Amino acid sequence: MTLLRLILLRILTTAITLFGVAVIVFVVIRVVPGNPIAMMLPPGATDADIARLQAQYGFDKSIFEQFLIWLGGVMQGDFGTSISLRQPVSMLVLGRLPATLELSIFALVIAVVIGGTMALTGTRYRDTKTEGAIDVSAGMALSVPDFLWGLVLILLFGVLWPVFHISGRISPSLNIDFTTNFYVFESLFRLRFDVWLDLLSHMFMPALALAIPLAAIIAQLLKQSLKETMHLDYVTLARTKGYSEHHVITREALPNAILPTLTLVGVQFTFLIGGTVIIERLFSYEGLGNMAIDAVINRDLPLIQGIVILFALLFTLVNLAVDMLYVVLNPRLRHA
Amino acid sequence: MTLSRRSLLKSSAAAATFAVVGLPSFAQAIDELVIAYNVNLPSWDPTVGLSAVNPTIQGFYQSVFDLFIPQNTDLSFGSGIITDYGWNDDRSAIWMDVREGVTWHNGDPLTAEDVAWSLTRAGNPDSGNPIQFIWGKVNNIQTDGNRVTADMPEYEPTFFKWMSFLTGYVMPKKYYEEVGAEGFEAAPIGSGPYMVEKFERNAFVRLKANENYWGGAPEFKTVTIKFVTDAASRVAEVESGNSHVTLEVPYEEFDRLKAKDGIEGVAAPISDIGMIFLNDIEVMTDPNVRKAAAHAIDKSLIIERLLSGYGVPIDTLQTPDYVAYDDSIKVPYDPEKSKELLAASGYGPDNPVKFKIQTTKGFKPKDYEMVQAIVGLWRRVGIEAEIEVYEIAKHFELRAADQLAPAAFYNWGNSVGDPTTSTGFAMFGPSPHSVWDGEETFNAILPLWGEADEAKRIEGWKAVDKRIAENAEVIPLLQYVQPILHSSAVKVTPHRSGALLPHLMTRA
Repeated sequence: MTLLRLILLRILTTAITLFGVAVIVFVVIRVVPGNPIAMMLPPGATDADIARLQAQYGFDKSIFEQFLIWLGGVMQGDFGTSISLRQPVSMLVLGRLPATLELSIFALVIAVVIGGTMALTGTRYRDTKTEGAIDVSAGMALSVPDFLWGLVLILLFGVLWPVFHISGRISPSLNIDFTTNFYVFESLFRLRFDVWLDLLSHMFMPALALAIPLAAIIAQLLKQSLKETMHLDYVTLARTKGYSEHHVITREALPNAILPTLTLVGVQFTFLIGGTVIIERLFSYEGLGNMAIDAVINRDLPLIQGIVILFALLFTLVNLAVDMLYVVLNPRLRHA
Repeated sequence: MTLSRRSLLKSSAAAATFAVVGLPSFAQAIDELVIAYNVNLPSWDPTVGLSAVNPTIQGFYQSVFDLFIPQNTDLSFGSGIITDYGWNDDRSAIWMDVREGVTWHNGDPLTAEDVAWSLTRAGNPDSGNPIQFIWGKVNNIQTDGNRVTADMPEYEPTFFKWMSFLTGYVMPKKYYEEVGAEGFEAAPIGSGPYMVEKFERNAFVRLKANENYWGGAPEFKTVTIKFVTDAASRVAEVESGNSHVTLEVPYEEFDRLKAKDGIEGVAAPISDIGMIFLNDIEVMTDPNVRKAAAHAIDKSLIIERLLSGYGVPIDTLQTPDYVAYDDSIKVPYDPEKSKELLAASGYGPDNPVKFKIQTTKGFKPKDYEMVQAIVGLWRRVGIEAEIEVYEIAKHFELRAADQLAPAAFYNWGNSVGDPTTSTGFAMFGPSPHSVWDGEETFNAILPLWGEADEAKRIEGWKAVDKRIAENAEVIPLLQYVQPILHSSAVKVTPHRSGALLPHLMTRA
């Protein structure tokens, strides 16, 4: 199978997956009780008012008809209009996506740095108290959910030693006229370091809360891989050549040991994006996750659908990218 | 890795950099007031859509827009854009005088044309105004100088009260027609004490004082309202000094923080009440069961133990601030009486009456815990209630479809304090907000909707409330107390409607 055919096949699979998600989401959120029309009913509403509102939002049609109308719109890039925010769903979700992506990427970088450092340190000082301490730390980091880490961080760096912002994405007093919503990247591009520092100051705690459990997973897996690699002949050979332990670990063992971890990072990144829902709420971070919770509370069906589809698209794209990376890294898979 | 002096210095320097560059300065003198609010603001048009009937965001709207008729902090009606108003002799038409010298935020004059247009638009079924059923009762709206007149073929005694309530805002005709709905959403203007300077959805709104405000410019020239929906984060915001004012924090945290230096607390009753809807189905058709359930609840104990004393026990759907409040209506805590009532219907601790009670969990302070406590009190007298937790959206849907469980906890807001908007809609069967279908209550309420004699109307509602209490057709529990925490450098005046209004805040 050629690489091109493989890519086309994966893209087709992705499209089918997204369609399946769309069907499930559409049906489920209409079957689950909780009608936005009921929430909009004024005290003296009559049956005629209810009927008028239902017709206005298209809820007087069958689920099948509603789905076809929605799908027809989606094919043309129209995801409908948010009931609570009264704006096009596509504009809303695409407007918030950059904030969530920046947060996720920052969290991933932190997780890789912390997890990698823990793994390398644990390997360097294997069978010592240092390794034991790292194992215990990783266990603790994993056993506490990210939102609890968020609360701990708020207490530490928001209240006791208030050096980071507790809520929001950027200080309201900062004047920016950026053309994209990728503020972190654009502020660097425009050399607006005041904005960049402010963004990082807002992002640090939510990103760290997201990163801590992932860092622990990376640390455990990478350390295990390194340990196994350290027993291989070529590593022993490197030692006999008199290379330092640091060189042996980072230059000889790490390149081979890191492959399973890279795979894991790819998969975990999708979970990281999912984790932003709660963390964004806790830190009032203006991303897609925060908007998703509001959409659910308000039973804003078009917005819920749009957000879920976008999350599903992100997941499948990340998985697709990981799959493609496998194929690129391992040519044998192209003929599997 | 060991923590060396050098690495410690490095990390401290990095943190200090963030602190200096990123964090706002909170010196004693407050230049920019920062408020951590508990809800998001979904939309800027206060007259249409889902947001328009959301009581929790009316404070935002009242900062930027003027109500036709404002309410004072004690819920009494003030003089605003409409300075004077009334009915003709046979109550078939209304008149309103519009304040002169008021300008919109873009400098255009606010005229009677704006008021007439706002009313016409609100009454148009196609406008998307959820209160169209009230606004649509006037027609032939005319202006003559600063006077607006309109016909009202069907008398509506609460019409002017609605002018202080949901969707009762004056909108700028010329500007709105120029920019359209989307343009207005992007750059809203009103005639209120603050102008919108910057709005980041899901994040914050930055307001600038309207120096030309007819009621006098507000003291704080810049106000940032951050949307901090998580209660723990709001506590941290005010404790760390990131925000100067916040509200709706857990009462335990309120007590803890107001004892700290530099932070003060205001806890005042608001117009929201906690209640239990009784649906006249299954065992709730038996008056003995309903009355036993009502008498078995020790409201004062629940308020004391669960709400740290922050709440006012009530026995009718009127709070002491409402116009039809009758302090002679009492439903005392009397477990022995509950047992007697249940025994009369063949129930008791050995043969408990069983039904389901629905509640939200975390929607209002200690909602689920209150229901748990009530179920515990009920168990003592021979009532076995099964708790079902649901989302607020489900509550609305079940209530509109008259499918609530025999008992369902809910909170009800009524900032205009009229009995129609409390007892009226909650207990009038045909309303989508009522699940009580009893014919006697229906017949008692029906003539009151259009009663032209105000004194007779209010007395009528008091009589209805008395009937309802005697028959235990609903179980009112408490009037909520709103906890507001603020920096000692700010003086906060609470509003009984529950709206946190920055123009009522001054420097201490």
